Amino acid sequence: MRFKRKYLSIPYILFLICFVVIPILFIVYYAFTNKGGQFSFSNLVKFFQDSTNVNVLLISFVYAIANTLICLVIGYPLAMLLANKNINKSYVLVMLFIMPSWINFVIRTSATRDVLNWIGLSTGEHSQLTTIIGLVYNYLPFVILPLYTTMLKMDKNQIEASKDLGANSVQTFFKVIIPMTMPGIVSAATMVFMPTLSSYVISDILSEYNVVLFGSYIDLYFNQADWNFGSFMALIMLLLIGVSVLISRKFSNEDETGGRASIW
Amino acid sequence: MVKFPRLKKFLAKFYIYLVLLVMYLPILVLMIFSFSPSDTLGNWDEGFSFELYGRLFRNEALMTAVGNTLLIAIVSAIVSTIIGTLGAVGVFYSKKKTRKTVETMTQLPVVNAEIVMALSLAVVFKTLNTSYSFFTLLIGHVVLTVAFVYLNVKPKLVQMDPNTYEAALDLGSTPWFAMFKVILPEILPGILSGFMIALTLSLDDFVLTQYLKEPSFETISTYIQKIVTKHPIPAEVRALTTLLALAVFASVILITIYNNKKANVVVKGRRK
Repeated sequence: MRFKRKYLSIPYILFLICFVVIPILFIVYYAFTNKGGQFSFSNLVKFFQDSTNVNVLLISFVYAIANTLICLVIGYPLAMLLANKNINKSYVLVMLFIMPSWINFVIRTSATRDVLNWIGLSTGEHSQLTTIIGLVYNYLPFVILPLYTTMLKMDKNQIEASKDLGANSVQTFFKVIIPMTMPGIVSAATMVFMPTLSSYVISDILSEYNVVLFGSYIDLYFNQADWNFGSFMALIMLLLIGVSVLISRKFSNEDETGGRASIW
Repeated sequence: MVKFPRLKKFLAKFYIYLVLLVMYLPILVLMIFSFSPSDTLGNWDEGFSFELYGRLFRNEALMTAVGNTLLIAIVSAIVSTIIGTLGAVGVFYSKKKTRKTVETMTQLPVVNAEIVMALSLAVVFKTLNTSYSFFTLLIGHVVLTVAFVYLNVKPKLVQMDPNTYEAALDLGSTPWFAMFKVILPEILPGILSGFMIALTLSLDDFVLTQYLKEPSFETISTYIQKIVTKHPIPAEVRALTTLLALAVFASVILITIYNNKKANVVVKGRRK
């Protein structure tokens, strides 16, 4: 067999098929079979019949929305200031905001909890608040970078033009700056929203198991050896991710490394 | 607005540093109290000492966890880098249809939630009655990281001049030799950044590790998670956090300097 360059991709393709694609098919299989292995919609019925399940999903949505909004409200002006050449010229300062995400996240999360407890904000009594704080702590670094990169690329002349044409700062901000940075906002939001929904360690540690997000819930069922129901919920998660990918694709088509990679 | 440029600038800087301070607060508190041997956080009664650092290195379980974390991170990053790089090169020279299919498959582990990936692999291993081992954990970590290597190498291939490889062949080089001498140097920066991302993702991982590891095998994440579900962070972990933070800080500085130099080279090259 003559050497062809395309043969080099065989291990990669085989690996993805065996350990990414086939496992997803397994989830679909388990989601639509019962414990005896027969085809059944029992997991689907079970999920939507019991309001506890649907509530966990809804509550997770509320936390995910709150976390995304808070991260954007803190991160957006921050990224704007960091990208402003009059205020900051140092890239190291930007990196300092990303750096916490490289310190082991279990340590970071439990450090946040211990410090909150130390200053008197008890994770047992104020579970909802401490969970939100923990989520924001964890996801803020992921918001800053995509916003910062879009702000750097922003066309400054359009802002000037808007001012010359008589718009005040508030109008310029909402009618010019926000629309121009929309791709950054969308990619920042996708970095936070879905991961919050599927997160499971942060809420466990920061609420002493009082707040259960969808990720923890899937884990709970899977650990009780109910693979079928666990798989069905994983499938729901997968569908939600699919929808969010389609939505974010509409707004930007450049950032296909998912933002995480662009740090390097 | 224009009237107080100094005040505006001051407020802007104040906001930047305030967010930075709040963000680092938990880690800073841990770092400061890593020099206080008291078991409760926030207690300075026993005064300044390096005792926790000694205790850290004598804590065998924790040291094993640190070793395991490094082991799986390095091994999985090397495996991912090899498979991912070969994948990117091979796919780049494949037909358009293959390329599109692989690109879609590559996006799956990037966008997918870790809990879904972990559960899907666990279901496969359980169905096949595979017992968890270093190997199953390795597969999990490669799933987590390999797509990022691919995505970092690909743009370098796109930027490359396609004629140099052909030229090497025309001048009598074997395809393998041309691969190493022509293509590899061009894509090396992409391979390196892919490797670094693979390493950091693996070092930080909890979910996949928890699902796919052998029960007795603990990494930093799983070891500490097991303790902190019931107790505060163990005192010697404060010393570990300080060392980790310093290591991350040092590498960030080094990478920033390296990237700046690289950026300068590119800019200078273009000016000519």
